[in-house]
Amino acid sequence: MEEVKLDHIDSIQFDVLKEIGNIGAGNATTALSKMLNAKVDMKVPKVDLLEFKDLPDVVGGAENIVAGILLQLEGSIEGMMMFILEQEAVNSILKMLMQGMGMKEEDMAGLELSALKEVGNIIAGAYLSSLSTLTNMRISSSIPYLAMDMAGAILSVPAIEFGRISDKALLIETEFGDKDTEVNGYFILIPTLKSYGAILESLGL
Amino acid sequence: MGEVIKVGMADLNICLPPDTITTLGLGSCVGIVLYDPGKKISGMVHVMLPDSTKIKNNENIAKFADTGIAELLKRMIAAGATRSTLVSKIAGGAQMFAFKTNNDMLRVGERNVEAVKQILSELKIPILAEDTGENYGRTIVFNPETGELLVKSVGKINKMI
Repeated sequence: MEEVKLDHIDSIQFDVLKEIGNIGAGNATTALSKMLNAKVDMKVPKVDLLEFKDLPDVVGGAENIVAGILLQLEGSIEGMMMFILEQEAVNSILKMLMQGMGMKEEDMAGLELSALKEVGNIIAGAYLSSLSTLTNMRISSSIPYLAMDMAGAILSVPAIEFGRISDKALLIETEFGDKDTEVNGYFILIPTLKSYGAILESLGL
Repeated sequence: MGEVIKVGMADLNICLPPDTITTLGLGSCVGIVLYDPGKKISGMVHVMLPDSTKIKNNENIAKFADTGIAELLKRMIAAGATRSTLVSKIAGGAQMFAFKTNNDMLRVGERNVEAVKQILSELKIPILAEDTGENYGRTIVFNPETGELLVKSVGKINKMI
């Protein structure tokens, strides 16, 4: 199995990775929509190979406060899966989710963090299971880890992972939302270089 | 008021008064300030990883503690700083996610801080102040006029170190 060189990805490989983002995020958005019992639209995913210094700009700048939910990937595909939500998106999702269960806003405190982790877990799970089906590879993930902080600080974690192998990071970004609430989220899939090779090989590339 | 010089992830720069120098949203990375208090020459590097010798892809020297600090030192001296008077301040190296694992890879914040301290001690550059570790991000701003480093974090009072 060949290691993929991020700086020399050809256009077919790039398209395939984009399609993985499309299918993964599509399933994840459907899961989110079902969970919130609301229509959630998804935009066309963007696949970007970015320099580290430009990475935080994708999610509104280094000091933009976001929630980051991170899962470590194990099995045939190793690496990290990250789900990033804008602070406003966190509030709207929690509100929609909790009210959907008949909860009042004042009773929500304390449940919020674990609810948010679970949202991340389900959504990332939907993303990963479609990836698993597509590639016919077994992917398991860790429990979800949550941090709410500056985007730059949160993204430093996957950036450092990429930093070991490259001077750039590969980001698959998908925006989604419904009519009334703009719910912005980003998916970042970070397989190891070996796993990139494995993914592409499983699809016959 | 001078300009604010921005240092990105895996980046470095030099700063003279009246300008200030900043790096935004430090997580597990470490921001290192070198400073010549007499000539008020300062420099900042934002390193991501401890050791360039353990990594194949090591072209960007500002990415690593060892090569990043060495390059900043070189640039400081080229800018006219006196080697023997140099002092430093450091911040960052947080563990952003509460991983329950022994995986060394995930303790990178801690390892970055250890490496930075080791390197500065080998270079005999004293660390005047630090704000490192914990589990939150930091934005830092250094003012070479006063020698003060401002540390800002989400939901916390600004610190001047």
